[in-house]
This record gives sequence, C-alpha cells and structure tokens, in this order.
Amino acid sequence: MSANRTASETVRAVRLRGARRARLIVAGLAIALVALFAGSLAFGDPVYSPADVWRVLTGQFVPGASFIVGELRLPRSVLAVVAGACFGLAGVTFQTMLRNPLASPDIIGITNGANAAALFAIVVLGASGLVVSLGAVVAGVATAALIYALASSGAAVGARLILVGIGIAAMLNSVTAYLLVYANEFDLQRAMRWLNGSLNLATWDGVALVAVPFVVLAPALLLLSRRLSLLRLGEDLAAGLGVPIEPTRRLLVLVAVGLAAFATAATGPILFVAFMAGPIATRLVGHRGSPMVPSALVGALLVLAADLLGQYAFGTRYPVGVVTGALGAPFLIYLLIRTQRTGGSL
Amino acid sequence: MTTTLEAIVGDAVKTRRPPWWLLLGLLALVAAVFLSVAFGARVVSLGEVWTALTTDSESVTSAAVRSRVPRTILAIVVGAALAVAGVVLQAVTRNPLADPFILGINSGASLLVVIGIAFFGAATMPLYIVFALAGAALAAVFVYAVGSLGVGGPTPLKLALAGAITTAAFTSLSSAILLPRIDVMRVFRFWQVGSVGRAENSDTLLVLPILLVGTVICALSARSLNILALGDEAAAGLGVHVTRVRLGAAGGAIILCGAATALAGPIGFVGLIVPHLCRQLVGADHRWLLPMSAIAGATLLTLADVVGRVLGRPDEIDVGVVTALIGAPVFLWVVLRRSGSRA
Repeated sequence: MSANRTASETVRAVRLRGARRARLIVAGLAIALVALFAGSLAFGDPVYSPADVWRVLTGQFVPGASFIVGELRLPRSVLAVVAGACFGLAGVTFQTMLRNPLASPDIIGITNGANAAALFAIVVLGASGLVVSLGAVVAGVATAALIYALASSGAAVGARLILVGIGIAAMLNSVTAYLLVYANEFDLQRAMRWLNGSLNLATWDGVALVAVPFVVLAPALLLLSRRLSLLRLGEDLAAGLGVPIEPTRRLLVLVAVGLAAFATAATGPILFVAFMAGPIATRLVGHRGSPMVPSALVGALLVLAADLLGQYAFGTRYPVGVVTGALGAPFLIYLLIRTQRTGGSL
Repeated sequence: MTTTLEAIVGDAVKTRRPPWWLLLGLLALVAAVFLSVAFGARVVSLGEVWTALTTDSESVTSAAVRSRVPRTILAIVVGAALAVAGVVLQAVTRNPLADPFILGINSGASLLVVIGIAFFGAATMPLYIVFALAGAALAAVFVYAVGSLGVGGPTPLKLALAGAITTAAFTSLSSAILLPRIDVMRVFRFWQVGSVGRAENSDTLLVLPILLVGTVICALSARSLNILALGDEAAAGLGVHVTRVRLGAAGGAIILCGAATALAGPIGFVGLIVPHLCRQLVGADHRWLLPMSAIAGATLLTLADVVGRVLGRPDEIDVGVVTALIGAPVFLWVVLRRSGSRA
C-alpha cells in the first residue's frame, strides 16, 4: 500500500498529521489556560476549594469568598487573560507582517507612545483613572500613525517601519525618563506602577476597557489572518497572489495597534508578552495554519502565570510586567542558542 | 607600497579642507564653553566671566560662573568621548545607525551599575566605572550576537532592533532589582537620564585616564578603519588583520561609552549625529573625522546642556533629554534618506 502511494498523497498525509498536531496543541493550550485561570481564582491567601470557587462563579453567596474571589481575583484574572491575548495577537501580527521576530509593538515605539502620554497625564496633569487610560490609547494610536506616515513612502516599508519606530521610541523613552526625574514622591509611585505594567488595580471597568475592543478587533484580525500569512511570503509574491498590499497592511497595523493600545491602557505595558507569545506559539504548532489563536492563548497564559509568580513566588510582590520583563533577556539568549544550533534563520 | 596604499585610500575617502573645519570647530567649542559658563539661572556678561575665572573674586556672579565650570568640563569630555565612540562603532559595524545608545551599550552599563549599587554596595566613582565598563562590554557582545542572528549577518536593521530589545530587557531587569529597594531607586532615577548637572571635577579627573586610553586606541585604529571601509576582502588583501582591527577599535569605543556613561549616565544620539555631520564637513577619512568628531561632540553636548538650562529655567532639562529630542529626528533623517533596499 505505502509503496504505491503517490507523492501528493504523502504530502497530504504529512500535512494532515501536522494540522492534527497543531489542533491538539491548541486544545492543550486552551485546557492549560482554563486550569491556570481556575487556579488563579482559588490560590492565594486564603486558598479556597474548587467547590467554593464554582459556587461564587455561579452566583451563589459564599462568606468571604464572594468578595475575595468575585470582586478581587476574578477581575484580575479576566484582565490578565484578555490583556495577554491582546498583546499576543498584536505581537504576532507585527512579527508576521514585518517578517521579523524581534519586531513587536513594545519595541518599535507604539507602547512607548502610550507610556509617555500616561506619564504626562499622571505627573504633569495629576490625572488618574480613565483620563490616563484614554490618553494612553490615543497616544499609542497617534504614535503608530506617525511612524506609519513617516515610513510608508517608497519601497521596503517593513524595514523602515521598524527603524523609524526605534527612533521614535528612543525619543519618547527619554521624555518618560525626564518625567520620572521631576515627579514628586506620590506621583513617582503611581508612575512606576504604570510603567511596570500591573494588575493590582484590576476592576471591572478596566476589564471592560480592554474586553470591548478585544471582542471587536480580535475577530477582525482572524478574518485578516489569511492575507497576513500571504504577506509573510513577501510583498511581491503576495501582490501576485492578489493581496492588496497597502490596504491590508494599513488595516493590520490599525487593528494590531488598537489591541496593543487598549491593553496597555488597562494594565500598563506588560513588557515582552507581545514579543514572546508569537515565537513560542510558532515553536509549538509549527508554521501550519494561522498563528493567531495559539499566540493569543500563549499571551494569556504568559500574563496569568507571570502574575501568579509575581504575587506569590518571591519575598516581594512584583508587578506582572517586571516578571515578564525579566524573562526578556533569557528569552533572547534562548533564541540565540536555538538559531545557532539549528542554523536556520530566526 | 605605502604610496599606492595611500593612493587607494585617498581615493576612497575624499578630504575637503579639513584643517579649516577643525579650526572652525575649535572656535565653536570656545564659544560654546563661554555660553555654558555665562548662561543659566543667572546670566553673566563676558567681562564678569573673565573676572571670575582669573581672579578669586567672591561676588555672586563669580560663584555662579565657577559653579558652572565642572559641568562644562564634563560636557566637553563626555561629548567628545561619545562622538569618537560613535564614529568607531559606525565604521566597525559598517552601520550608519550605530550609536552607543541605539545599540544598547549604555543600558548594559546602567544595568551593571544598578547591580553594583544593589548587591555589592558600590557607592564610589571607581566602582561605578568598573561596573559600567563591564556592562558596556557585556551589552556590546550581546547586541552584536543577537543582531547577527539569521540570514544576512548583522545588518543595520537587525543591529538596531537587537539594541532596542536589549535596552528593553536590561531596563526591565534593572527595574526588577530596583523596585523593592526604594532607597536605591531614589539615587538611580536621577542617574537614569543622562545629565552633566551633578558633575564633580574629582570624578571627571578620575575617569579621564580611562577615556584617554580609549581615545588613543581609537586614534591608532584610524588608518585601519579607512582601509576597512573598502570592504573586508580588500582590507585583508592590503594586509590588514580585519578581525583584530575590528575587535581593537570596538574595544576602544566600548571603553569610551562605558566610562562616559559612568560619569554622566546614558546620553543618546551624540554618537549618531556628530559623525554624520562631520562626514559632511571633512569627508570620510578617519584621521580627520576622529578629531573633528571629538571637537564637534564636545561642542554639541556643551550647547545641548546650555539649551536645557535656558529652556528649563529656573530648573533645567537634563542634557540626555535634549540630545534625544535633537537626535531622534536626525536618526529618522538617516533612516529615511537611505534607499530602502539597504536598510
């Protein structure tokens, strides 16, 4: 039987096996996410039994647990999942579109715009809450628009998008550093909390701020993901296959920036989640199919796990962004070693 | 042999009356120094500056002038060091976007200084310098390794990205160390934005020999860097040890960046703007480009410091912020001017 197999049948069989493997891994990631989510509700001080957690979730009143699980831990965990998914989606979109695993929105200027605006609102205007968040969203989108406008004339837009982004990011970072120097003690603490990306102040308002855009933008991104994977083949080839390059890219940037900006507004910049989610997801499921769903799941898992680690694993309670940020350098080293060994490109 | 070599190199690197530009640069530096001691919260006239510097007058204006001397000296030293380092880094990596700040070398120096303060109780300038130099070297190697990943070797694009990512990674490691240590944080946040305002002559004097060593190494590499500009193979054919020259010159640049960062904190874009400007003026011959850049770098940083003091009155805007606000547009100009295919 196998000797008579034609080449195309073999290819199809291998593809099928790959697709099945990818589906299994996505299912595994989803189960892991649900388990970790449940764990994050039950674990802490005090620890509640799964039965108690379930009763709170189904709306029954449990003394103590109703407040701690329902009002404190639930919004925090939901925010972690949704923001993580946003970061993961935004990151993988940029990385795929620009065909560079290092090109995530927190490196090429978009998050930096949101940071500078939020700090300006906190330190100079003395604002808090919604003003800071909205300022961050507007500034994130405006920064992206500026970068895009500067970079998008002529050929090789991708490369210039990255470089212009880095230049703008460096400028905005120095503004941020300046604002930190002149902040008074009280504002300094709030500013640092923002800059480090934290879920400590998670409320249902914050969840809504990021969940509503997520519900709108994530499906839009999934619809675009076929075009995105064609864009990955290179601009010429994609254009040859009938993808309208410029409109597609504009749409992708808009959606991805929207996701990143709203997530940043709700939690502050949770560094490197956007950067790490895509490569991890691709490593797990391979290049078959769209990397979108796995990246979103990996992003959510990363934020949730990092938040748990930050809260309970060390003597001090670290904000989630510090934990994910500290993962950045080891992850780069891992990428280095892996590419050295396999000899492939990134 | 020497004559043919000179002919080839002379062809490759056009020189355009560099001595005059050098002289003009020196005049500009003198003017900048005058502005730097005269301007500030209190503006002082030329005559009063002269009185303050030559006599031991006790008047308020004299005191104001003398209090501005250390920061002026520091701005000159650090500006020259960063500009020379920028020239060398751009030549060694053949990358027009190379700058100690963009390449993340400053962030390595910052991280190790934080580690030094937090874990080894480093509180004096000599220790800062040791940690800053080690951090600069570490970051340079790391960024170059990350930037060389994948096909095509270390392109300007990949090096810039690797620098940005390394900066982000090192910065967040710093904040992970700083966050539970409010006392260290209070000291460090002032150091995190590059500034010459807290200058002490004793510190500058201490670092000066190290900066001189770095400068001498870079100066000795000038001729080899010219030949390197012809391409690795041509340079090897002309008898240059390409790897040795690269490592040596980069080592000199790293010493300069590390020591400058230890003194003034991370100051960006001086190493980017100045070489590009000076190449327009004196051409690409490193024997002229290096001294011209040193003078122009000193002038630029001194002027940037004056601008920060004038704009920020009665307080001041740190010089690192000023250079970033001037420098980022120059960075964008370099990026956008280059044809996209080479980026």
